[in-house]
Amino acid sequence: MLATIFDIKHFAVHDGPGIRQTIFFKGCPLNCWWCHNPESQDVNLEIFIQVNKLDGKEFKRAVTVGYQITSKELMDIILGDQVFFEESNGGVTFSGGEPLMQSKFLQEILVLCKQKSIHTCIDTTGFTSKKTIEMVANLADCFLFDIKIIDNELHQKYTGVPVDGILENLQWLDQNHKNVILRYPVVPGITDTEKNISDIKFFLKSLKNINQIDLLPYHNISKGKYTRFKKENKMKDTKPLSNNDMLYLKSEFESIGFKVGIGG
Amino acid sequence: MNKRIKKLRNESLTAVNKLSPERAILVTEFYKSEIAKQVSVPVKRAMSFKHILENKNICINEGELIVGERGPAPKETSTYPEVSLHSMQDLDILNNRPKVWFRVDDETKNIYEKEIIPFWKGNTQRDKMFAQLPDEWKAAYEAGIFTEFQEQRAPGHTVAGKKIFQKGMLDLKKEIQESIEKYRNTNDSKDLAKIEELKAMNIAAEAIITFANRHADELNKLAETEKDEKRKVELTEMARVCRRVPANAPATFHEMLQHYWFIHLGVITEVNPWDSFNPGRLDQHLYPFYKKETENGTLTKEKAIELLQAFWVKFNNHPSPPKMGVTALESNTYTDFSLINLGGVKEDGSDAVNELTYIILDVIEEMRILQPSSMVQLSKKNPDSFIERAIKITKTGFGQPSIFNTDAIIKELVNQGKDLIDARNGGASGCVETGAFGTESYILTGYFNLNKILEITLNNGIDPRTGKEIGIKTGDPRNFKSIDELLNAYKKQLNYFADIKLKGNNIIEKLYAEELPVPFLSLIIEDCISNGVDYNSGGARYNTSYVQGVGLGSITDSLTSIKYHVFDHKNISMDELLKAMRVNFEGYDQLRHDLIYETPKYGNDDDYADSLAVEVFNIFYDAINNIPTFRGGKFRINMLPTTSHVYFGSVIKATADGRKAFEPLSEGISPFQGADKKGPTAVLKSAAKIDHLKTGGTLLNQKFSPSFFKDDQSIVKLSQLVRSYFRMDGHHIQFNVVNAKTLRDAQKHPEKHTDLIVRVAGYSDYFNDLGEDLQNEIIRRTEHEEL
Repeated sequence: MLATIFDIKHFAVHDGPGIRQTIFFKGCPLNCWWCHNPESQDVNLEIFIQVNKLDGKEFKRAVTVGYQITSKELMDIILGDQVFFEESNGGVTFSGGEPLMQSKFLQEILVLCKQKSIHTCIDTTGFTSKKTIEMVANLADCFLFDIKIIDNELHQKYTGVPVDGILENLQWLDQNHKNVILRYPVVPGITDTEKNISDIKFFLKSLKNINQIDLLPYHNISKGKYTRFKKENKMKDTKPLSNNDMLYLKSEFESIGFKVGIGG
Repeated sequence: MNKRIKKLRNESLTAVNKLSPERAILVTEFYKSEIAKQVSVPVKRAMSFKHILENKNICINEGELIVGERGPAPKETSTYPEVSLHSMQDLDILNNRPKVWFRVDDETKNIYEKEIIPFWKGNTQRDKMFAQLPDEWKAAYEAGIFTEFQEQRAPGHTVAGKKIFQKGMLDLKKEIQESIEKYRNTNDSKDLAKIEELKAMNIAAEAIITFANRHADELNKLAETEKDEKRKVELTEMARVCRRVPANAPATFHEMLQHYWFIHLGVITEVNPWDSFNPGRLDQHLYPFYKKETENGTLTKEKAIELLQAFWVKFNNHPSPPKMGVTALESNTYTDFSLINLGGVKEDGSDAVNELTYIILDVIEEMRILQPSSMVQLSKKNPDSFIERAIKITKTGFGQPSIFNTDAIIKELVNQGKDLIDARNGGASGCVETGAFGTESYILTGYFNLNKILEITLNNGIDPRTGKEIGIKTGDPRNFKSIDELLNAYKKQLNYFADIKLKGNNIIEKLYAEELPVPFLSLIIEDCISNGVDYNSGGARYNTSYVQGVGLGSITDSLTSIKYHVFDHKNISMDELLKAMRVNFEGYDQLRHDLIYETPKYGNDDDYADSLAVEVFNIFYDAINNIPTFRGGKFRINMLPTTSHVYFGSVIKATADGRKAFEPLSEGISPFQGADKKGPTAVLKSAAKIDHLKTGGTLLNQKFSPSFFKDDQSIVKLSQLVRSYFRMDGHHIQFNVVNAKTLRDAQKHPEKHTDLIVRVAGYSDYFNDLGEDLQNEIIRRTEHEEL
């Protein structure tokens, strides 16, 4: 079977436990305003012009974003980093885009990883069917699960999809004692409103087992990507958050008994 | 650090590097004497050593706890005219060159002109060497195919083992007598030579005792007039220590440090050996004293730290003796490569990390000075807290300590046929060189320019820089049909130059054995005494001569370019590629772009490129490894550059990897600056594809920007990265933690960054002291890491 991916990051140190390799799937059902990987949204291969500089001269060439890869090819790449996984209790993280959009392939690769005892992590928006989340939960070791906006309408506005199914999936993972680390992208004016923070806290309190959340501060390092890939950047005037803002949020979530990390 | 150490450290940092004629005067005086003409060579060397130590100025700096200087004062550096002689012009260059200078005053110049130069001209080791080396050696040397370590400095490259920390000179004198008895009743000329050598060792042992007693006398004298009661007690105690060691085995922590320091001074006064000298496994040697004395209350942790810090200052007072010409280019630094080893395993193979290991790491962090260099030996048996503590120091960004794989070092030594216990007592010295401490003479013979040989192969034996035919004809590369044909030609060419290099080294080794024995160093390295044979003649238990391969990343990328574009994809003909290289890619912008951006590169865990690194490595290994040396040892390889990758690049025109003419090459086994695009795990995997266990050391540089180290988690992950590399038998890794912006600012405003220390290659150096080429190269490496 084939997957469409757009990048593989080796020595990923913020995508789960230990030293990890992160596979970025291409294609996402969401269309978040603050997306850091705009090239990940479209499942189709895209062509853009890459510019290399050498001695002040520019060299342009057409480059395809995304490529197709078989599960065997991907497995060989994953196994290439096995020594690092073993020394650090790390493993592979499937991210994107949305890895669950290519759930058949994901199932195949998760089974292969299990056979080789490789720790797996799924970095997901949670926007998928219950059936898919159950299937993946039975194979993967850990989830990095996004929690963005609790209000359904606002979630729809800023990400393009409703939130209710996402939260149901999260509750199911919680009830079934799955290992989940929540990831909260802190986006100024969108996800860090007083209302949303209090909504998230309220929701978190309803969870029985999950007790860890990473705060991902918005930053504008992907500005260049929007230009390069000719995508509309709705956030171009947003300023990044200060350290103090993050520390305040950290204490907010700690006050309800959560383990809080900053960055990711 | 306390006030005293602050003052001593500051004095050391601000002392002016000066050339001192003191040693040259004394050695010349002795060589002119009648007695010098009547005795055997080893005895002459020992008596000359004695003459220096009996007559040189005794320097005791105010507030010091550990005493003894090689020159008349800190950073006043000796010369060694019997090894190589500085001309009047050399003295001017040393005085005036912008980097790594030594001030030469008029008095020194005068003495050189009137006394030193007239006596030694034509009679130095260097003169004799060049008179004997064949023309093809000189041609290759001048073309930059290889360098020669022993050209201006004597062999050395060795490290103290545990013996000298357990014995005093009086014990050694007894051993000498026993050995003399063994060889006495014979008329065999070899045995007579042994007796001469042993006599020389005996004189050398006495000389160092005299030297220590002269310090004791001076300390007593100072104590008499000292007004401060506390210091008076200190001076009296120091005098007592100097009367006890090195005559007797040290009995206390303080005695041990002073004992080693006298021996260190002995080694670097006798000749100017490469890598000065080195106490080796310092935490192991010192720990029994530390434990006993802190338990019985005679030593506090604070006092131990103060003594260690005072000891650290002594190393920093002793810059590397001034080098000239090519030798200066290959290792252009004040650093004299004394590399303190910490951690590793004990003789029985168990974890050797102890309380003192951590205390010494604290000392390294607090002192933050160039010398001594420091490293940690990491075995799979050592705890994580040890490596994490070491990386926390690395994080502060002065390149120390570097990290070595104990388990690999032991395997390397055992592979070379050494005893397991001797291997476990070993470690790494200099930059990254593996050695059995206290039992091995392992000499670095010279850097070997793997890339220059490819250039000559691609020109069928001709050096395109000079037009001279210095290689052999291995075929017109335009007729080669595959990369294998090119590799075959390269192999022949490399074998030809390796043969020249090794034959040359045997001439040089013979000259050192016959003309410049080192009876003092021979006292220290086992089994010179029982064999009755000098260190320079193969008296040590093990004798190894290393050749250092340079530019693995660059040559791999060049070969990969040729394989990819010429043979596999036929994007360009060999003829066209060679033309482009000849004109330095002038008018070939697109080609050069493709060579740089559109070609597989070493350092990305891509077998397409990495397999060629393995090929080159094996060709080099096969050409050198196991060839017998004059001293009865074996030639071996290691892969390290010091600063020679800049020099070697400066003699090579444009290369097939897209590098322009005369630019630096890659260093150690690191990828070419900017060629690694897949992060550190891919670099480590590429680097681990060559078999490190076949070498006596490899050097891998990995740059991280400071932002990587933002939390403790990243330090843990970095330590896991190191453990992974070591599981793949990686020999050594070092980290540079500094951002390019700081470096660029330092280039513009050196005055604001006088304390900026960066990792170069196997050692750290002040950024301001580096040549501009090397500064630029380090900035490029660092920038790349920040992307």
